[in-house]
Amino acid sequence: MSSIKSIMTVKDLFAGYGETEILHGINISVNDGEIVSIIGPNGAGKSTVLKAILSQIKINQGSINLLGKNIVSIPTSQIITKGISYVPQTNNVFVSLSVEENLEMGAWVNPNNTQVKLQEMYELFPDLGEKRKQPAGSLSGGQRQMVAMAKSLMVDAKILLLDEPTAGLSPKYRSEIFSTVRKINGSGVPILMVEQNAKQALGVSDRAYILVDGFNRYDGTGDELLKDKEVARMFLGSRD
Amino acid sequence: MWENFGFEFVNYYFIPGLVLGCIYALGAIGITLTFGILRFANFAHGEIMMTGAFLTWTFLEISNIFLGFYMHPLIACTPAIFIAIFLALSVDRYFYKPFRDSPTIIIVMASFGMMLIIRSLVQVIWGPNQITFVKGIAKPNSYLKDFSSSMDMMLLVPSKHLFIILGTIIIMLAFNYMLTSTRIGKAMRAVSDSPDLAKVTGIDVEQVIRATWIVGGFCAVMAGVFMAMDTQFIMSTMGFRMLLPMFAAAILGGIGRPFGAVLGGLVIGFAEELSAYPWFGNGPLLSPGYKSGVAFSILVLMLVFRPSGILKGRVF
Repeated sequence: MSSIKSIMTVKDLFAGYGETEILHGINISVNDGEIVSIIGPNGAGKSTVLKAILSQIKINQGSINLLGKNIVSIPTSQIITKGISYVPQTNNVFVSLSVEENLEMGAWVNPNNTQVKLQEMYELFPDLGEKRKQPAGSLSGGQRQMVAMAKSLMVDAKILLLDEPTAGLSPKYRSEIFSTVRKINGSGVPILMVEQNAKQALGVSDRAYILVDGFNRYDGTGDELLKDKEVARMFLGSRD
Repeated sequence: MWENFGFEFVNYYFIPGLVLGCIYALGAIGITLTFGILRFANFAHGEIMMTGAFLTWTFLEISNIFLGFYMHPLIACTPAIFIAIFLALSVDRYFYKPFRDSPTIIIVMASFGMMLIIRSLVQVIWGPNQITFVKGIAKPNSYLKDFSSSMDMMLLVPSKHLFIILGTIIIMLAFNYMLTSTRIGKAMRAVSDSPDLAKVTGIDVEQVIRATWIVGGFCAVMAGVFMAMDTQFIMSTMGFRMLLPMFAAAILGGIGRPFGAVLGGLVIGFAEELSAYPWFGNGPLLSPGYKSGVAFSILVLMLVFRPSGILKGRVF
């Protein structure tokens, strides 16, 4: 059992915006090779967990470990250089920059093998290769999401954080994004993903956490949670 | 046609309009960059221009004392550029950076205070009066005059104006290259798009901000020196006087859009000069005394009818 390598551990995390505390002791861990989802109702603090990891909000208590090192209170810019890649939910591409320029910006912290990485990304996202010279702002929502993901993969990420990657997308693009998430994970990148589309998210996840009102409510493997009657009734919109 | 209309129009209105437009364009670049990347209207921008011109004048005088002749202002401005950029970076480090996360109005007020501080310092050092920058009458460039005369279109353009127009074109090309083809230039556009995304992408935003002051400061000093070459005198209020047309140019082109600023600068420059052309009858359409009113009118009209500017910039 000791062969499981922990990538990131969030332990007893209390955090929020200014005086308002949103997370009241959250525990989350991501192991090597895993896709882990955070699901839950609106206002549960799902995205706030990611913001806390990125040091964008005030952390009152608790620890966040990346590969055994505590990263609490390290400024955002340095957290990125430590190998955490992040795709925000909205406003996640530079709209006036071309697709290729967006990817180049993604490689800012480690620009040495930008050309190799660019080729890799165009293989992973063939649509983007055709549109490399177009401004990212001219693309559709689904394609923008692809650009945002490709941009975040331009560095050798130790872990990829995705904030609701399928929000506002059509069902077709939603499935495409989920299969892309699998593909990225298949290439060896652990993923921590916040999702609204709970069923589909659980379908692709190794494990998941259900947050309610800033507390851990349930956790388990994707399958376990999908089969759990109470989880189904409360969070997946199932009637029985 | 050339005799009746062209000669007077081109030489006395079009060329001066182009020259003024170039100067405004260079100044407006700094304003629009600061707005795009640091998100505030920098009132002290004109003072960097003015300080650059005073420093250049000082180096001209130094060269006369030690070398026995006046260098060309475009050579004398080189050390002035470095000093002015150092000044701009220091002001940012000690006066603007502490307010980076404060509401915008606070940093705007800080820049307003900075404007008064810099101008007063210049008045303490160089005095409040007008100083002659370059002596003598600027004669038309004889080569261009002869060449155009042979084609029956006599162009009377002083060499200083040729320097200003060519210099501006070269700076624009270099600037365009920087924004579209260099790493730091692309990062400047990225931060201008979204500072928050730039931060979580790992872009060193402070480095981009420093680059912004360097580029903006360089363009401002060039604008100040070009202005001084054009009018042949400098005074401590020259920066402030340029502020309104430069803001008008930045807004006209679309705030945060560097090439919009260039376009806006040219339009304002032309509009100011051409407003004095006798379009109807014999007298000027508008007395030259109302020149600055033209920039102001364009500014107001743009804000009312198309606040995003020609190139669709940001609207606040």
